[in-house]
Parts: sequence; structure tokens; C-alpha cells
Amino acid sequence: MHPGIIFFLVILGSVLFHIFTPWYWTDIASNWGGMDDTITLTFWIGGGVFIAVCLFMIYCVLKFSYKKDRKVEYKPEDKKLEKILTWATTIGVAALLAPGLIIWNQYVSVPKNALEIDVMAWQWGWQYRLPGEDGKLGTTQVININDDNPFGINLDDPYGQDDVLIQSDLINLETNQPVKILLRSVDVLHNWYVPQFRAKMDAVPGIVTYYWFEPNKIGEYEVLCAEYCGIGHYAMRGGVEVQSSIDYKKWLSEQETFKELIAKQQKIEFGNKKIVKNNNFLLNKEIYKEE
Amino acid sequence: MSDEYENKTGYQAQSSETISSGSGGGSRTASDIDYVRPAEVTDQDLYHGHSFITKWVFCQDAKVIGVQYFLLATFTGVVGLILSWLMRLQLGFPGAAGFMTAEHYYQFVTMHGMIMVVYFLTALFLGGFGNYLIPLMVGARDMVFPYLNMVSFWSFFVAVGVLLASFFVPGGPTGAGWTLYPPQTILEGTPGSGWGILLMCISLILFVAGFTMGGLNYLITVLQARTRGMTLMRMPLTVWGIFTATVLAMLAFPALLVGALMMTLDNVLGTSFFMPTIIQAGEILEYSGGSPILFQHLFWFFGHPEVYIVALPAFGIVSDLISVHSRKNIFGYRMMVWAIVGIGGLSFFVWAHHMYVSGMNPWFGFFFATTTLIIAIPTAMKVYNWIITLWRGNIRLNVVMLWCLGFIVTFVNGGITGIFLGNVSIDVPLSDTYFVVAHFHMVMGIAPLMVIMGAVYHWFPLVAGRFLNETLGKWHFWLTFLGAYSIYFPMHYLGFIGVPRRYFEMYDSPYMTSAVGMNEFISMAAFIVGAAQFILIFNIIKTLKTGKSAGSNPWKANSLEWLTPSVPPEHGNWGDKLPVVHRWPYDFNVPGAKEDFITQTTPPSDVVGTEVEKT
Repeated sequence: MHPGIIFFLVILGSVLFHIFTPWYWTDIASNWGGMDDTITLTFWIGGGVFIAVCLFMIYCVLKFSYKKDRKVEYKPEDKKLEKILTWATTIGVAALLAPGLIIWNQYVSVPKNALEIDVMAWQWGWQYRLPGEDGKLGTTQVININDDNPFGINLDDPYGQDDVLIQSDLINLETNQPVKILLRSVDVLHNWYVPQFRAKMDAVPGIVTYYWFEPNKIGEYEVLCAEYCGIGHYAMRGGVEVQSSIDYKKWLSEQETFKELIAKQQKIEFGNKKIVKNNNFLLNKEIYKEE
Repeated sequence: MSDEYENKTGYQAQSSETISSGSGGGSRTASDIDYVRPAEVTDQDLYHGHSFITKWVFCQDAKVIGVQYFLLATFTGVVGLILSWLMRLQLGFPGAAGFMTAEHYYQFVTMHGMIMVVYFLTALFLGGFGNYLIPLMVGARDMVFPYLNMVSFWSFFVAVGVLLASFFVPGGPTGAGWTLYPPQTILEGTPGSGWGILLMCISLILFVAGFTMGGLNYLITVLQARTRGMTLMRMPLTVWGIFTATVLAMLAFPALLVGALMMTLDNVLGTSFFMPTIIQAGEILEYSGGSPILFQHLFWFFGHPEVYIVALPAFGIVSDLISVHSRKNIFGYRMMVWAIVGIGGLSFFVWAHHMYVSGMNPWFGFFFATTTLIIAIPTAMKVYNWIITLWRGNIRLNVVMLWCLGFIVTFVNGGITGIFLGNVSIDVPLSDTYFVVAHFHMVMGIAPLMVIMGAVYHWFPLVAGRFLNETLGKWHFWLTFLGAYSIYFPMHYLGFIGVPRRYFEMYDSPYMTSAVGMNEFISMAAFIVGAAQFILIFNIIKTLKTGKSAGSNPWKANSLEWLTPSVPPEHGNWGDKLPVVHRWPYDFNVPGAKEDFITQTTPPSDVVGTEVEKT
């Protein structure tokens, strides 16, 4: 078979694969549909260029294959053609860049009504903290973290006392309520990522990073760690349940605040009992078993 | 090509009009139109080896050093290949290999990445092709500092030794991922966080030191040791590509060097360059105040130019291969040169596009997305020029050309997906997924590999004096191209599903179960592509002694490396007299010429009546 034909079949196969692929976006469940649209646009423009370049190449290969007496063009440069191609490419690139930057501007501009959620990551698990009735999260410090104060909340910060603590890797969100995810890590890099929400950002020890999204589809989703964080990276999963307003409020009212946690711990200590921190140590055990 | 340049140097150019034999022009004689400025410096004295050791081991001949680099880089590349097989075995068929723990998997991922990028591709393109081709192509007898060049290779040798030694130290090699992001790199919880990472950093430092010695040689040889008549704008694009890549390397590797040094200090002496306050396993570590993101900036300030350190030599080489084998001048030579230089310059302003979701100030995203997409423009121009070179050419569809065509397909494919990832907000859902893995393997793994293979089939007749077997070559090409394409093209779609990279096991997340079949398919293809590479090794061994003899200039190319008095070229390259250059290396099928090529050393008086371009 002529190589040009094989190359043609490769390009044709790529296009057919793209059209009929069963593997494509997971259904979106947040406000970031614009990202998907920009990708579709990039597929059209970029894919068009890919197909055009390859077909032109294939045509040349089929048409100009070696003949001893073929007349070959001697034309080292063509200023006009080069100019046209440069400008056409520039326009194409600008057309792709513009929507990308517009959406990025939305991504870094958090809406005022967004609910702040503190997502705390460690090797290898998650836990969450929501603001209490005052609507504000208390400040934290890594060195404050101990069994009595699993989030490292500054004890003298009045905003911290009513914070809602969720010592689990599962969290619930209210549908159509924008959330600002505040990420922090106590050890290494992590990344709180739900494919259906499209958004992600690294959690970096030493600083607080953020991103925002608005979940808009009721359901349960898996959280994945998307930044390599050591041997347990692949197992660092969590969960999100997006609920209707009523269900969410009910769930929220059942959660414990920092004040309540302190009170409970004191009670237990009076009874001379030790507290076992409810971290996800099961996960660690699974991992170390393999060694 | 530029008038301005010629005026500056006082060099008398041939005219772009038809050269008259003296009858029409009147007084001009052959010695007038063949005039080339005399040499400014005397010929280079070379050290000639006497014993086996000085000739073949601690050798100062750039050609032998090039082959040494090539062989050692290929050896480490085979190690990297085997590691990738083991990874694909785990990903396609989890649990099939009993010894494969998460710890081993991450070690293999890390070593595969670092080996392929630094110790295979960089060493092969610059150390291998750079050493062999630069002196020959610019008409020098050798590199300007042959002794330093020898030390460069042996530093690389020690660096590889230290790297491979880390497989045998307690804890094994580092499993930090090839990006070596702290803090996890030097903390327990990452495999090889003690000895492994220490040896990795030492090996990188040795590599950079050795590479600097080689790199200075390449730069100064190109700038100072070109033969008479070899102006910069008459250099083959191969030399332009390697030269510019070396400039990038000289500026980029120091960032890696200090990153590795600072990390070693954090690791060994307990400094806190990259280490903030950390709690691990319930204990507060003795670090505070460092910035993990600082390391990422240092790493990618090296890491992104590194992509072009690999890509630019590939661009240059493929331009020459396409031109020679389509019997046509490269289209838009000056545009190609400026594109190489422009891409090289821009590549220092795009590094943070690897860090859109790293937690750096998100406002940087606007700047780096813009610069990243700007770099697509000169890159696209190069692609256009390659395919326009094919247009109305006389294309030899041999194995060399097949690799070039394979390069164009994979490079354009990988370049387009780069526009996805560079366009900051599209990067958000796709970063850290298999889309990224597919993208960079296609664009800086497979595409440069296609060029390496094309270059091997192209220059083997020069290095060994014999042709590689064409039939075996075609098998090698089609298995590699079709196999690699069917590994990485579908892999992008895993990224759309949301499958994160660097996952030892996928478990049974609902959107991942649909990927099981694809993972098995990709693994099977990976095994075949890997195995196909041994066809080349067999081909080389087989034809080294028995292959068809190539003779002098078998491809009818124009550039100097084919014009040496003996094939393969001997130490000193040129016999008694250095070549004198009269034209660029792309005079193929010049109207009026008797043959379809005019070598760079052909004086104008030999091609009277042709319409050659003024160069």
C-alpha cells in the first residue's frame, strides 16, 4: 500500500474516533460549561488545522513521489504566502485565546455570595470546615493541630468557635450555591478535584489557595487527589454530595461545631477516657500492608 | 541571504541572476566569482590518539564522542523503555506483576520520566548529534576544546552511573515524579526519599556540569570555527537547531542546578528553602517558612526551555532531511532560522503554563497563556514550511522520509493539544489528567523520536559507511508510528473522562471503569512499539558488517558532512585542506544545473548558467 494512503487512513481513523468515541467528558455538574465550550471551539479550529496540514502532506506525498525526470520547483521564499500564513495563524490563535482568558477571568473572580469552605488535606485524606452562624471562618495555624484541635484553629480567634467541622472525607454542598474552596495542606502538595465540576487547584503547605464553582446538579461525586502526593496518592479519594437546599440545611444542622467538639472532649477527659482521632487511618493501613 | 550581512562582512556574494561565464559580463573571471575571504586563523592542531584507550575510550575526537553519547543515551533509553513496559503492565493489567507495589510503580514513573527527558533525549540530540554533526557541518576539524569535550562525555557517564546506582541503594530510587516537587520528594511517604533523591540530585548536578562543558564547545565551535565562506545564514538548519538549543540549555540548566542543590540542602542539612511548617504522622517537622512553589518556578524555568532543547534540534534535523529527500530547497530558510531563534527566546517566558493550578498567583495565568499561544505562531510557520517544501518536490519515499512524515503528523497533533493546555482555562479541567500525559508524549516523546530515527537512517551511511536495511526499516517505522499513535491518540480521551495521571490503580470509579478496555489496548500497543525498537538494534548489528556499501554522498546531499575525503570521515575530518563554502546547503534542482543538487563547496564557476539564489 502507498504510504500516503496509510497516513490518510490514520487521519480518517482519528476523525472517526473523535466522532464516535464512547470516552468523552463526564457530564458536567457545575457552572464551568464555558470550559467545555472553549474546548469544543479548540477542537474545531485545532482539529481543522491538523486535518488540513495532514491532508496537504498526504496529497504532496501521493502527487510528487520520486520520478527521475520530474520537474521540481525552485522557489526558496514566497514573502506573500508567508505573510498570509502568519496572519491567518495569528488570527486563529487570538480567536482561541480570547475565550480562554475571558473564562479565566471568571475563574479567578469569586462571586461575593460564595460560601467559603476550608478544605484541609494531608497524607492521605481530606477534612472540611464550614463557617458557623457568623459567616466567617476562624484563622488557623499548622502548629495548633493536635488531637483536640484537628483543624489547628487559633483558639483566641472568636470567628473560629462556631466553625462547623466535618472530620470526614465526605462533604455535602447545596445546589446552585457558589462555593469558594480554600485549600490548605499540612504536609505536601495535594489537589481537590471533582471531574464533574471541571475545576481544580493545588493545596500547598504554607499558603492558602482557592478556586470557586457552583454545583448545579444534585448527586454524589467522587473527589480525587490530582497532584502527586506520595505513595498513597491514588487512594486519596473523597466524596461530595450535592443536595437540594432543604436536605443540605438538615445535614448542616447535624454537624458539630468547634465549640461543641471542645466541650465533648472535656467531658470525655473527665471520664478518664482517651480520644481516638477519627482520621482516615484505615487508608494508611491498607497502603502500608503492601510493603 | 541578507544583503546587510554581506555588506558588513565585506564578503562578495554571487549574484542572484544567471551567472555569466564572463562573456556577457565582460571582465569577470572564474577566480573573481569564486572569491572567498581568506581564513583569519590558522588551522587547528589536534591531539591524535595512539592507543586503544586514547582513540576509543578517553577520546577527543568529537565524532567518537558523539557516538559514545549516542550509545550511552540509547542504553539509558532502553532502561526507560523497560520501565515504561512495567508501568503499562500495571495500568493495563493491574496486579498481573506480583512484585509491582505502589512504591515500585512511582519509582518507575519517576525514573522513566527523568531518563527519557534528560538522559535520553537531551543527551542524544545535543551530545550525540551535536558532537557528530556540528564540526562536520560547519567545516571544522573538531570541536574547539576537544579535551573538555571528552570530559563532558565522562561526566555524563558518571551521572548515568549515579542515576542507575540509585536502583540499588536502601529505599531504592526516588519515586517523587520526574518533576521532583517538594515537600513530598524528601519526606517519608514518598519512595526513595532518603538515598534515592540524594543520588538523583547528585546525578543531575553532574549532568549539568558535564553538559556545560559540551555546550560551550558547541557554541564556540559554531561561532568561531566555521570554515571559509560558511556564513551563519549558510548553516544547515540542523546546526541552527542544535546551536539555539544549546544556548537555551546554557541558560536553563543553571535553574535546575540550583533547584537540585537547594533541595539537597533541605534534605541533608535541614534548611528550609522549599519546606514550610509541616506535620507528618502527627509530628511537627523541623522546617518552617520555605516555599514549595519556588521550586516549581525554578524547575519549570528549566523545564520549559528543556522542551525546546529537545524540540529545536529535532526541528533543524527534520528540515534538512525533508529538503534532501524531497530534492527541493527548504522553503523559507530565513523564516525557519528566525522561527528557531524566536521560539528559543519565547521559551523563557512561558514556564508557568505548567503551573496554572499550582497555587501561584492566579493572575499570572493571563500573561503566561498569552505568551504560550504566541509561541504557537512561529511553530506553526515551521510546520507550514515543512509541508510547502514537499509541494512540487521530487519526494523519495524511503525510510528517512517516512520518519519525517510521521514526525509531521505526531508533532502537529501534539502541538494542537498543546494549545488546549496552554490556554489557561482549558488547562483547568485537563491538567494532571491523562490528557497531559498523552500531549507531552506525542509532542516531545514520539515526535522527536521520529526525527531521531529518521536521522539514524539518514546518517548511518556516513557514520558506518553502509546503508541500514530498508525493509527492516519500514517494519520498524510502521510498527513504531502506528503503534505509538494508537497509544497516545486515544489516551487524550482518558483525560476528558477525568482519569488523573500518576494513579497506581484506578479502582472502580464509575467514569473510570469504561476506561479499562482502553487501558488494556494501550498497554498491548506499548509492548509492541517497545519491542519494535529492537528491530533497529538488530538492523544496525546486521548491516554494520554486511550492509550495502554507501560510498560518498549516497543521498546526493549538499551539506559539508557528506563531502569529506573519506567515508566514514577520519579524525580531522578534511584531510589536508579545509573545505571552502560557496552557497547554502539547499541548492536542489536549481534551474539550469546539470544535476539535481549543487554541493556547498561547488564554486560558482562550476555551475555557470544556473539561476541559484543569492546566499
